[in-house]
Amino acid sequence: MKIAVCVSHVPDTATKVKIGSDGKSIDPSGVTYVVNPYDEFAIEEALKTKEQLGGEVVVISLGTEANKESLRKALAMGADSAVLLKDDKQRDSFAVAKALAEEIKNQGAEIVFFGKQSVDYDNSITGQLTAELLGYNYVSVVVDLKIDGNKVIAEREIEGGREVVETTLPVVITAQKGLNEPRYASLKGIMAAKRKTIEEKEAAPADNYVEIIRMKKPAPKQPGKIIGSDASAVPELIRLLREEAKVI
Amino acid sequence: MANKILAVLEQRDGKLKKISFEVARAASDIAQKLNAGVEAVVIGNEVEGIENVGGYGVEKVTHYKHADLHNYSSSAYGDIIAEHVNNSGNDIIFFGNTAMGKDLAPKVAVKLNAGIAMDCTAFEIEDGELIATRPVYAGKALIDVKLTSGKKIFTLRPNVFNPGEPSGAKAEVEVKEVANPNLSVRVVELKKSEGKLDVAEASIIVSGGRGMKGPENFHLVEELADLLGAAVGASRAVVDAGWRPHSEQVGQTGKTVSPNLYIALGISGAIQHLAGMRSSKYIVAVNKDPDAPIFQVADYGITGDVFEVVPAMIEEIKKLKEG
Ligand SMILES: Cc1cc2nc3c(=O)[nH]c(=O)nc-3n(C[C@H](O)[C@H](O)[C@H](O)COP(=O)(O)OP(=O)(O)OC[C@H]3O[C@@H](n4cnc5c(N)ncnc54)[C@H](O)[C@@H]3O)c2cc1C
Repeated sequence: MKIAVCVSHVPDTATKVKIGSDGKSIDPSGVTYVVNPYDEFAIEEALKTKEQLGGEVVVISLGTEANKESLRKALAMGADSAVLLKDDKQRDSFAVAKALAEEIKNQGAEIVFFGKQSVDYDNSITGQLTAELLGYNYVSVVVDLKIDGNKVIAEREIEGGREVVETTLPVVITAQKGLNEPRYASLKGIMAAKRKTIEEKEAAPADNYVEIIRMKKPAPKQPGKIIGSDASAVPELIRLLREEAKVI
Repeated sequence: MANKILAVLEQRDGKLKKISFEVARAASDIAQKLNAGVEAVVIGNEVEGIENVGGYGVEKVTHYKHADLHNYSSSAYGDIIAEHVNNSGNDIIFFGNTAMGKDLAPKVAVKLNAGIAMDCTAFEIEDGELIATRPVYAGKALIDVKLTSGKKIFTLRPNVFNPGEPSGAKAEVEVKEVANPNLSVRVVELKKSEGKLDVAEASIIVSGGRGMKGPENFHLVEELADLLGAAVGASRAVVDAGWRPHSEQVGQTGKTVSPNLYIALGISGAIQHLAGMRSSKYIVAVNKDPDAPIFQVADYGITGDVFEVVPAMIEEIKKLKEG
């Protein structure tokens, strides 16, 4: 069984965002890039699935040379091979999905993992788009997964609970925190990852449908009021919430 | 030029969810500005009160009905909406940015070869084009986007588009029985967290952080939340410590929320936490450290001990309710 996992390489969540000189994207200077946090759950689940079903895990990332760092991390955790789909232009999720779908088809992968959301553009749709382009079933925001033969049972998080979803292979799963505990790369894994080659290909071209007109900072919040420093401030707080804010 | 906007409504257990009214209102407001028509669809089995959507400016709703459509199925719902759009000629489609909307909208986008902008928080019309504003980097920045595709899909962040008071008008509801829904992906069971309100849907959230000192003290957070009809939220620190479930985590790797009121108890206000809640309409912080970054976004703050302040808040609200 060929298992694929798609990872994105994103600014660390501690990044303080500054708008770049083009007025449409962030200023990358001083920004540390990391593997997208949700993709770590996707990598872990791919490895666990391989341990259960046998096969091979290929990790795929679309972007620039810099993405190799995230690919190496996945290799160090235990992925068998890695592919970098090279493109230095900014793509919307749909255009990313087109290139990924193309490569997943090349690889013949029938179980594919994504993180549920990339923490840069926060779209939370790349996995679903890719699945639909491939004609695969998908379940998003998954916190529990069982694959038994051709049958897939996945629990996905929804407002106020979970949905238990049944479907069949081939499938795309987008991983939510809680699905598993990502392993740490062992020293042996890290050494082995250094020796593995990352296959590089040009990403299949695709047009963007989303045109970014401008990027801006949210309006700053007005500094608030400190009402007091102990329980004696509570009546005034409740009064303000009722009479000024009118929210309770 | 748009000619017909489609609002995709959402039901759970046969009742329209609040987001449905928000989407209906936003769609009809935008339709008016673009001089376009507007209609809605809802997919389910028995669904109560569909006609009430008329009060939010949508005159016509198509109800696609089948017993197996009571629960969500991405495969069936996706086919139905794509077919509706193809027959009806809608060029703009709105979904709620909910668990269902986020799962379903991309499927429909591929079927229609439509561009898609997720989690929109505002719309503007510039030169006759619909421009959407959406947060990126968990709200640390916003982008204004336009879609260049023929068909365009937007999902709307819950709790942002105020549906206002319904006018009392009733929508015309056309019921279409669905013959053989495609159930290749289907929900076989719904597991509800017992009686709990979800942070993503609540208009008030009371969140606890590491300052609550231990899971045994969260009864204070829960009691205050109960009194206010609020959902309980949590910082990542307390979720990672196993004090609270991940479903309650607010922040960049939890849920992004925009309630009317967010009460942060013993939460420092790390950048990843602020990212998830800074767009709340009112923020209250209780923290004994006056330099805690949470106070930079709080409208009202008390620089005190949660173990003194929270019981006093509970007492004060109880008094209010009795008086
Ligand atoms: C990749 C990544 C993603 C992350 N995503 C998220 C996320 O989604 N959500 C999130 O919340 N965090 C996230 N974090 C973690 C974040 O950086 C912080 O570690 C976390 O938010 C801290 O939680 P806290 O405020 O509860 O704890 P602390 O930072 O420990 O703050 C506790 C606060 O309680 C106050 N306090 C203590 N005792 C009392 C008392 N008796 N009365 C009143 N106040 C008291 C203290 O003054 C302090 O300010 C993420 C981190 C990383 C690296």
